[in-house]
Amino acid sequence: MSDTATKTKPITILEAINTAIADAMAADDTVLVLGEDVADPEDGGVVGVTKGLSTRFGDARVRSTPIAEQAIIGAAIGASLVGYKPVAEIMLMNFTTVAMDMIVNHAAKLRFMSGGQTHVPIVIRTMTGTGFSSGGQHCDYLEAWFAHTAGMKVVAPSNAADAYGLMRAAIDDPDPVLYIENLPAYWTPGEAPETGHVVPLGKAKVVKEGADVTIISYSRVLNEVLGAVEAMDAAGVSAEIIDLRTISPWDKETVFASVAKTGRCLIVHEAVTQFGVGAEIAATLQSEFFGKLKAPVARLGAPYAPVPFSKPLEDAYAPTAARIAEAAISLSK
Amino acid sequence: MTSNYAPDGATQLEIYKRAALLKANDERSRKVIMTGRLVMPYYSYRGQEIIPSAMAQALTDDDYWVTIYRGIHDMLAKGMPLNDLWAEVAGRVDGTCKGKGGPMHLTYPKKGIMVTTGIVGSSMPIANGIAWGSQLSGNNRVTVATFGDGASNIGAFHESLNLAGVWKLPVIFLCQNNLYGEHTAYEKATSVARIADRGAAYNIPGVRVNGNDPIEMYAAAREAVERARAGEGPTLIEAMTFRFHGHVFGDSDAYMDKDQKKAAMDADPVPIFRARLIAEGIASEDELAAIEAQVESDIDAAVEFALASPFPEFDELTKDVYAEGVAA
Repeated sequence: MSDTATKTKPITILEAINTAIADAMAADDTVLVLGEDVADPEDGGVVGVTKGLSTRFGDARVRSTPIAEQAIIGAAIGASLVGYKPVAEIMLMNFTTVAMDMIVNHAAKLRFMSGGQTHVPIVIRTMTGTGFSSGGQHCDYLEAWFAHTAGMKVVAPSNAADAYGLMRAAIDDPDPVLYIENLPAYWTPGEAPETGHVVPLGKAKVVKEGADVTIISYSRVLNEVLGAVEAMDAAGVSAEIIDLRTISPWDKETVFASVAKTGRCLIVHEAVTQFGVGAEIAATLQSEFFGKLKAPVARLGAPYAPVPFSKPLEDAYAPTAARIAEAAISLSK
Repeated sequence: MTSNYAPDGATQLEIYKRAALLKANDERSRKVIMTGRLVMPYYSYRGQEIIPSAMAQALTDDDYWVTIYRGIHDMLAKGMPLNDLWAEVAGRVDGTCKGKGGPMHLTYPKKGIMVTTGIVGSSMPIANGIAWGSQLSGNNRVTVATFGDGASNIGAFHESLNLAGVWKLPVIFLCQNNLYGEHTAYEKATSVARIADRGAAYNIPGVRVNGNDPIEMYAAAREAVERARAGEGPTLIEAMTFRFHGHVFGDSDAYMDKDQKKAAMDADPVPIFRARLIAEGIASEDELAAIEAQVESDIDAAVEFALASPFPEFDELTKDVYAEGVAA
C-alpha cells in the first residue's frame, strides 16, 4: 500500500493511516507497532488498519499483544525510553480507561518528573465514534481528558491527507501523542497525500473561508459541518470552517484570526458538551474577544449522557449537519 | 537454590559497601527530616538494604532498573550519586531531576535508572518495554523491576508477568516482600502464601529467597540475570524482608505487629552481615569501620551540597512538559 500514495488516486482514511505507519517504519528502524490483533496472523487489526505491516517489517517490530492495555502502553513507554518510537494501538477509545495510569501518570509526566532526562515519544492510536450501534462503552469521545493532561498531545484527523500527515508528525514528535481515529469514517475516500507529507502538530486548517461565523470542529463531525454549508448559504450565513486537526496544543493563531474577522464562533464536537474541548476554546475566545464578539461563543456536542444503543437515539446523539446549520444560523441572526 | 553463583569474599564486600551506604542514608534521611532541615514524603526502606545491594552487584552499569516510591535504596545501590540524590529530594536545581521529580520520581539514566514511580505496581509494565528494547537491539542488557508485596495484587503485575512470559523478555521482577502493603498485613491482602508461586500462572520461574541473606539473594539475582541474558526470559524473585518503620515517615506504625517487628529488628540484616564478614575473615573491623566512616562523610557532603543548592527558577514550571515548552 505504501508505495502507491500519489496525488491522483483517492485513498481512504484507513489506507492513509496504514501507509503513514508503513512509510515511517520504512524510513526509521526504531518505529514499532504493538497492540491487540495488529499483526497479520491476527488480520492486521480488527478493521485492518495495520494490515501488511508485520509481513513487511517482521514480528519483532510489529507485535500482537494480549488483551492487556496497561501492559501495552507500559511496553510502549519502556521501549520509548530506550530509543524506540512505538505506535501502540488501544483498539477502542473507551479501552484507554484501562490504561489511564500508564498514559496520564507515566507517558505524560516522565519528561517533566525526570527534569528532561527521559522522554516518551510514543503514539497511541485509538478509534471511536458513534454510528455502528455500539452502545455505551465502545464509541465515546474522551479527548478532553487527554487534552487536560499536561504532557500529552491530542490529534484527530477528519480526512485522508491529514490522517497521513498527522501520523507522520505524531511518530516523529518527541512527546506522547494520542491519535484519534473515527471508526465509521475509516472508509471515507479523500485526496491522497504525497509520500512524506507532514501536517505539523498544532496547526489548524481553514477549510472554507467565510464572513459571518467561525465554525471549529475536528474528526468525523467536521464533515457534518461541511454538510451544513448548503443550508447556511441558503439562509445567507457565510461560515468560515476550521478543522482544528490538533486538539492539544490547539492553534490559537488561526482561530483568533478567524474570530477577529467574523465575531462569532460555534465549536462542534461529538464528545459531550459539558467540560469539553469546546468549553476550553470558548473560555479562551471570550477572554480574548470580550466586547468585540457579536454573540456569545456557542458549543454544539452530544448531550450529557452515555452513548445510547437504540438507533434513533444514537442518530440523535452526535451533532448532525442539520443541527449544526440551525445552530450557526441562529447564532448569526 | 543453586550455589553456582555463591558470591566470593570480594563480591560480598562490595555488597556490604552498598548495604552500609543504604543503611546510613536511611538513618540520615530520617534524622534530617526529624530535625526539620528538609521536608519530603519519605518511605523508609530500613531493613531491606540487602536486596538491592545484592541485586545491583549482579548487574552492570548498563543494565536497567525501574523502581517505586520506596526505592531510594534501589537507586543508591544501582549507582545514583549522593549529591544528585540529596539535591533532588531537597527540591533543588542540582538534583538529578532539577528538583522537579522528588524522592518518588528519581531518575538517572546514566546508571540505567530509568523510572521511579509513585504508583503501586506501575514499575512492571514499563520495565517490560525497556526489556523489549533490549531484545530488539540485542544489547544484552537486563531490566529489573522492583515492587512490594502489595503490588502483586494489582492488575499491572499480572498483565506484566503474562506479557513478559509470552514475549520471553529479559526482565527480572524483584518483589521485596516486607510483609506489609501500606498498613495492611500481607496475609490479609494476598490470597497465596508465597508470591513466588504466582510465577507459575504465567509460566515464569518464581523463587522465594531470604532477601536479608546476601549469599542467597545474590545467588538468586545472578541466576535470574544469567537466564535473562541467555534469552530464556523473565524470573520472578520474591525476596523476603521486613520494613522496620511505618509505610511513610510520620505515620503511626500501630498496625504493625509489635513482636514481629521486634524480632525483625533484632535480626537487622546489615549488622549481621557485617559480623559475618569479620568472623569469616573477609574483612577486618578496621576495614569495615573505614567504609562506614567514608559513607558518613560522603552523606555529610551530599546533604550540605543539597542544602546549598538553589531552588529551581519559576520558569521551570513550564519547562520539560514538552520538548518545545508549553504554548502560551
